[in-house]
Amino acid sequence: MAKTHVKMTVNGKEIEALVEPRTLLIHFIREELELTGPHIGCETSHCGACTLDIDGKSVKSCTMFAVQANGADIRTIEGMAEADGTLHPLQDAFREMHGLQCGFCTPGMITRAYRLLQENPNPSDEEIRMGISGNLCRCTGYQNIVAAIRLAAERMNGTQNWEAAE
Amino acid sequence: MIPGSFDYHRPKTVDEAVALLGQYGEEARAIAGGHSLIPMMKLRLAAPEHLIDLGKIEALRGISRDGDTIVIGATTTQAELIASPVIASNLPILIETAMLIADPQIRYVGTVGGNVANGDPGNDMPALMQCLGADYVLKGASGERSVAARDFYEAAYFTALEDGELLTSIRIPLPPAGCGWAYEKLKRKVGDYATAAAAVMLKLHGGACSFASIALTNVGDTPLLAAEAAEALVGSSLDKSAIDAAVAAAEAITNPASDGRGPAEYRTRMAGVMLRRAIARAKNRAA
Repeated sequence: MAKTHVKMTVNGKEIEALVEPRTLLIHFIREELELTGPHIGCETSHCGACTLDIDGKSVKSCTMFAVQANGADIRTIEGMAEADGTLHPLQDAFREMHGLQCGFCTPGMITRAYRLLQENPNPSDEEIRMGISGNLCRCTGYQNIVAAIRLAAERMNGTQNWEAAE
Repeated sequence: MIPGSFDYHRPKTVDEAVALLGQYGEEARAIAGGHSLIPMMKLRLAAPEHLIDLGKIEALRGISRDGDTIVIGATTTQAELIASPVIASNLPILIETAMLIADPQIRYVGTVGGNVANGDPGNDMPALMQCLGADYVLKGASGERSVAARDFYEAAYFTALEDGELLTSIRIPLPPAGCGWAYEKLKRKVGDYATAAAAVMLKLHGGACSFASIALTNVGDTPLLAAEAAEALVGSSLDKSAIDAAVAAAEAITNPASDGRGPAEYRTRMAGVMLRRAIARAKNRAA
């Protein structure tokens, strides 16, 4: 089974590699590119821990072959903060609002929330809940995740009208 | 959870894809979003030796209107369907249904063509396509043919699609003007297949139902067109006795499995409840 040449952009960096066609994208990202932020949770496209931003879409990368991502522009959790280490407003808000406990779901949650806010910069709580309905969290009960996404949205829109509980 | 090995092909045109499918026959599978096929491959329930990736074939993508027919390219994603103004103004029931499929990530990737062609009785689009009287355009080495959604499904995962054939588009006739519509789905959680679901299109004329079409999801080996249930509504004022008759006729054709979603008797009753709710909402939406 011949290896296939792939070329993609990951967090702004051009990547070229030869991959076995059966290699799942999440394995390629974690094991070949050593970007271990995106997690492998269920491996059955339920939990969303492996969510990546691919060509402007949130995708569960356990259910995509690396070869299918040929030519794609990919962002992982590692690509969310700025080069100088300044956190993305979503990362800040998750920290401040206690939007995580164990942290396993967080890379997928933030990557998904990033795309949600790109598409809908001012979502209602209901829209946030539907927007992250493909991401499971077993710790928080979601309340603080929703609050964190709402806070990040307000900051990104410059409409924050209440202070985060530090 | 690693799929078996396969050779990967990335055709750029429909003809190339069809040629590859013809060349490799039953050893080949087409892949679009892959959100049905890849899980099957991980479980080794599917082990194709050749995977034909349709992702780069632009001609298979997109939504257009051709006279009185809406044409949906096979690799159009659920998210593209949901965002389509053509669908919103002509077939909003497709959007209501697509919103109930899986979750946001899967709707970005999962395609309408994959949903209808896979033959999984849990998928939502097949019953809706039967309700709407859609046709599937299938292309093979010997040319193109059209198969009605109502004739396409033979058993779970068995369809009229032959080895070497590719579903290229779905053609849906515009429903009668003023049609009410609803898709009601009972599921245990986001991302679940239906415990039972019902698609309803109906039209009112002078207070009486002048047209009705009904189909059911995941309460049999295949999607079920409930023709007798629809007949029970036509000519009535959608009064309780007509609806009771339609629900009884629909329940009578179900043959669900007893599984984690509940015992068969329960799922049959839920098909009736979903139908009752869908009729009520479709009636409210009918002009």
